[in-house]
Amino acid sequence: MTRSRYIIRRLIQMIPVVIGITVIIFVMLRAIPGDPADSMLGEKSTNEQRALMRKKLGLDEPIYVQYSYFVRDLFTFDLGDSLKYRQPVNDIIWDRLKVSLTVVGVTAFFLIVITVPLGILAALKKNSIIDNAVRAVLTVTMVMPTFYSGILLIIIFSIKLDLLPVSGYGDSPLDHLKHVILPSLTLALVTAPYLIRILRASILDALNSDYVTTARSKGLEERRVISLHVLRNALIPTVTLFGITIGGLMGGTVITEKVFALPGAGALLIESVQFRDYPTVQAATFIFAIMVITINLIVDIVYSFLDPRVVLS
Amino acid sequence: MAADVADAGALASTAVVRTRRNQLLKQLANKNLIIGGTILLILILIALLAPWLTPYDPLEVDPQSALQSPGLDHPFGTDNFGRDVLTRVIHGARIDLRAGLIAVISPFIIGVLIGTIAGFYGGWADTIAMRAVDIVQAFPGLVLLIFLVSVLGPGLNNMYIAVAMFAWIVYARLIRSTIFVEKNKEYVTAAKSIGGSDWRIIGKHVFPNAVIPCLVFAATDVALYIGLLAGLSYLGLGERPPAPEWGAMVAAGQPFMVTAWWISALPGAAIVVTGIALSLIGDGLGDVLRMDDR
Repeated sequence: MTRSRYIIRRLIQMIPVVIGITVIIFVMLRAIPGDPADSMLGEKSTNEQRALMRKKLGLDEPIYVQYSYFVRDLFTFDLGDSLKYRQPVNDIIWDRLKVSLTVVGVTAFFLIVITVPLGILAALKKNSIIDNAVRAVLTVTMVMPTFYSGILLIIIFSIKLDLLPVSGYGDSPLDHLKHVILPSLTLALVTAPYLIRILRASILDALNSDYVTTARSKGLEERRVISLHVLRNALIPTVTLFGITIGGLMGGTVITEKVFALPGAGALLIESVQFRDYPTVQAATFIFAIMVITINLIVDIVYSFLDPRVVLS
Repeated sequence: MAADVADAGALASTAVVRTRRNQLLKQLANKNLIIGGTILLILILIALLAPWLTPYDPLEVDPQSALQSPGLDHPFGTDNFGRDVLTRVIHGARIDLRAGLIAVISPFIIGVLIGTIAGFYGGWADTIAMRAVDIVQAFPGLVLLIFLVSVLGPGLNNMYIAVAMFAWIVYARLIRSTIFVEKNKEYVTAAKSIGGSDWRIIGKHVFPNAVIPCLVFAATDVALYIGLLAGLSYLGLGERPPAPEWGAMVAAGQPFMVTAWWISALPGAAIVVTGIALSLIGDGLGDVLRMDDR
C-alpha cells in the first residue's frame, strides 16, 4: 500500500467518527428536559423567537430531518446565537480559540524543552541519582491536578518573585506571551512525565538492541551511536505520544484557563455550561472534538513518515 | 514403584505450589506496592474514622476564628468561614476516595462487557464496538465530561453517569486485545473441541485470564477519577460548597492565596498524596504482573 492510499484510508475512517460525534451532541441536547427551542433560546425568549427557532430546528418534522438540519448548521458554521453574549457564537468562539491555541503552542515548546534533555539524561544515567531524582519529581508533578500546580506556580512566580502576571491575557502580543507562560508551564508539568517515561524507556530499549551492539562493535564513537542510532529510533514512540498529548491538551486547557482567568475557548465552555448557553456549549464541544481528531490524523500521517512499516501493514 | 512415582509427583507438586507462593510473596513485597499500599490504607482509615479524629465540625461556621494561620489549635489553619481546614481535609477523604471508587465501577463493567464480546466474537460485533471507541475517543475527556454534566446537570451522581459514558473505552480496548491473544491459545481450542459452549469458554477460561490487567488498570484509574471529580468541583460543576470536597476547597481558597495560602494548598496536597499512593500501587502491580508473565 502506498502512503497516499494509507492517508486516504485514514481520511475515510474519519467519516463515521465525525458522524458519531454529531449524533452524540444531537442526542444529548435533545435529552435536555423540555423543548429544544426553549433550551436553545433560554428563558428570556419571546414567543415569535421560539416559533422561528422551532421552524429552524424543524421540530415538527421527523427526527432524522431535524438531525440533517443540525448537521447542515454545524458544517456551514451557522452555530446560532449565544444566549449569554447575545451575539452569534461564530463571533465569539474564534478569538477564544486563538487564546487556547497560543497556550497549547507554548506548552508544546515547554514540553520539548523539558522532555528531550531529561529523558536522555535519565536513560543514559540509568539508576543514578539524576535518574531517580527525575523520576521522583515526575511522580509528583504527574499526579498534581493542574488547578493545584497552577496556583502553586502563581504563588511562586507571580506573588513571591513578582516575575509574571497573576492572571488574564494582557493587551499586546508580547503581553499575551507573558500571560500564557505560567498556564503553559502548568500544562507541561502534568504531561511531561508521560513523555519522559516513554522516551527513557525507548532509549533503554534501543541501547539493548542488536543494531546498537553492531554499531558499537564496528568501532563507532559512543556519541555517534547515541545520536545516529539510539535517538533516531527512540524518538518515534515519543513523537507519537507527543502528538496525542497535544490533542489531549485541547481539553486540558479548560481547567488551566479557569485558574489563570484566561479568556480561552475552554473558559468559554465553562461559562456557557454555567449559563446553560446551549448553542455555545454545542459549538465549543463540536470544535474541540474536530480539532482532536484532526490532530490525531496529523499524528498518524507524520508517524507513517517516521515509521514506514505502518503503511505496509 | 507406582507409589514412588506418585510420591515424587506429589512432592514435585507441593514444591511447585510452595515456590509459587514464595514467588507471589516476593512479588507483593515490591517496594512501590508497599509504600503506596501503606499510604492508601492510612487514607482509608482516616476517611473511615473522620468524625472521631478531630474535635471540629467540617461545616460549622465560626466567624471569630476566621483565617487563622496554622498553629496548635488548628494545625492546617482555618478558612474564611472559620472552619478548621484539617477537619475539612479529613472529611474530604470520605467524599473523594468514595467518589473515585464508585466512579470506576460502571465504566469497568460496561467496558469489560463490550470488550469481551468484541474480542471473543470479532467480526461485526468488533467493528461496531471499535467504531464506538473511536467516536468517544475523539472528544477530549474533560470536554465530553463537561458537556455531559451540562446536559445532565451538576452533581456527583451525574458525574458518575458522565464518566461511565466515556471511560469504558479504556477497559473495552484492553480486554479486547488480551482476549484476542487468549482465545487463540491451545486451552481454548481444547475447550472448544470437547464441545464447550461460547459462554462457558469465556466465563471459565478466557475471561479470568483477561480481566486481571483491567483490574490493575482500574486501581490506577481511581486516581484519575478523583482528579476529575476534584477538577469538576473546582470548576463548580461537581460537588458544591460547603461540602468539604478537596477540589472545591482549592477553588474556594484561591482568592485568599496571597494572605491565607493554607486554605487552598493543604486540600490540594491531599489530592497529590492520594494520587502518589495510587500511582505507586499501579506501578507495583504492573511490576508484579510482568514478573508473572515470565
